[in-house]
Amino acid sequence: MTGAALTADVGTRGTGTFVTRAIGIAALLVTAWVVISAFFITPADVQQGDSVRIMYAHVPAAWIAYLAFITTAVASGVSLARRHRTLGFDRVAGASAEVGVLFMGLALVTGSLWGRLTWGTFWQWDPRLTTTLFLFVTYVGYLAVRNIDTDPRRRAKRSAVLALLAVLEIPLVHFSVVLWRSLHQEASVLNTDGDVRLDDMMLFTLFSGVVAFTLIFVWLVMHRQRLAALRDLEQGVGLDAAIAARRGESAATVGSSNTPSSRGA
Amino acid sequence: MDDIGFILASWLISLGSIALLAVVTVRRAKKLAARIPDDAKPWL
Repeated sequence: MTGAALTADVGTRGTGTFVTRAIGIAALLVTAWVVISAFFITPADVQQGDSVRIMYAHVPAAWIAYLAFITTAVASGVSLARRHRTLGFDRVAGASAEVGVLFMGLALVTGSLWGRLTWGTFWQWDPRLTTTLFLFVTYVGYLAVRNIDTDPRRRAKRSAVLALLAVLEIPLVHFSVVLWRSLHQEASVLNTDGDVRLDDMMLFTLFSGVVAFTLIFVWLVMHRQRLAALRDLEQGVGLDAAIAARRGESAATVGSSNTPSSRGA
Repeated sequence: MDDIGFILASWLISLGSIALLAVVTVRRAKKLAARIPDDAKPWL
């Protein structure tokens, strides 16, 4: 690979494939259904009124953030175990954390708007809200740690250890409403007694939201881990080109110094 | 519908942020992918 090839357009295909396109179309369709159902089909809640319509975005966002952080931990564990073979799992871990931070941020923002309508305040230093904010900040820190090191192997090792520690916060967040006295309501679906306290249509819309956000999560992670692979490839290709250029310069210098005129003959 | 402003804001922020990340990701990927040969991309 020469330096010239780096500046010219050599690739014709991006990060999209048939699978990502299929997932993307499915995500758009399911999301459209969730929006229609949330606004026009599901009834208002007896206690919360229309503010319950925020829940169809808030709850899936929080669950998918958990899923993303668990995916990061699993991929990090595999990356640590097989660190001398491939960086693929490290890239999945990083991409999943990026998308998880987005969903966790959305859960915080939508929860805050819902809280203003239901509790009369945007924020309370309540156990669930505080632990969720702490989880969000932890993963922002994780992403910062990923950007410290330019050496991909060292980056993979350091961030994997951090991801395996950070995931331990998730049970603390989920059970914070049970462990401490909290303003936040207890789980309506994922509760310990298995009693789902929701209207059928509300439950269906909520699960449709989970499906929609899961598809979006998978689509984003696939594209972002491929984007990370492209970055690594570019750095590798750039390094190869720089080394080749320096070798070429050295060869030219040595060649010119060995000519009869340069020897002063 | 009561409190429509808050409800709409929640959905617009959620879907808007996701769409923004998707667009930024695809645009960056397209730009970068043009500089990398197709046979070096493991997903193709």
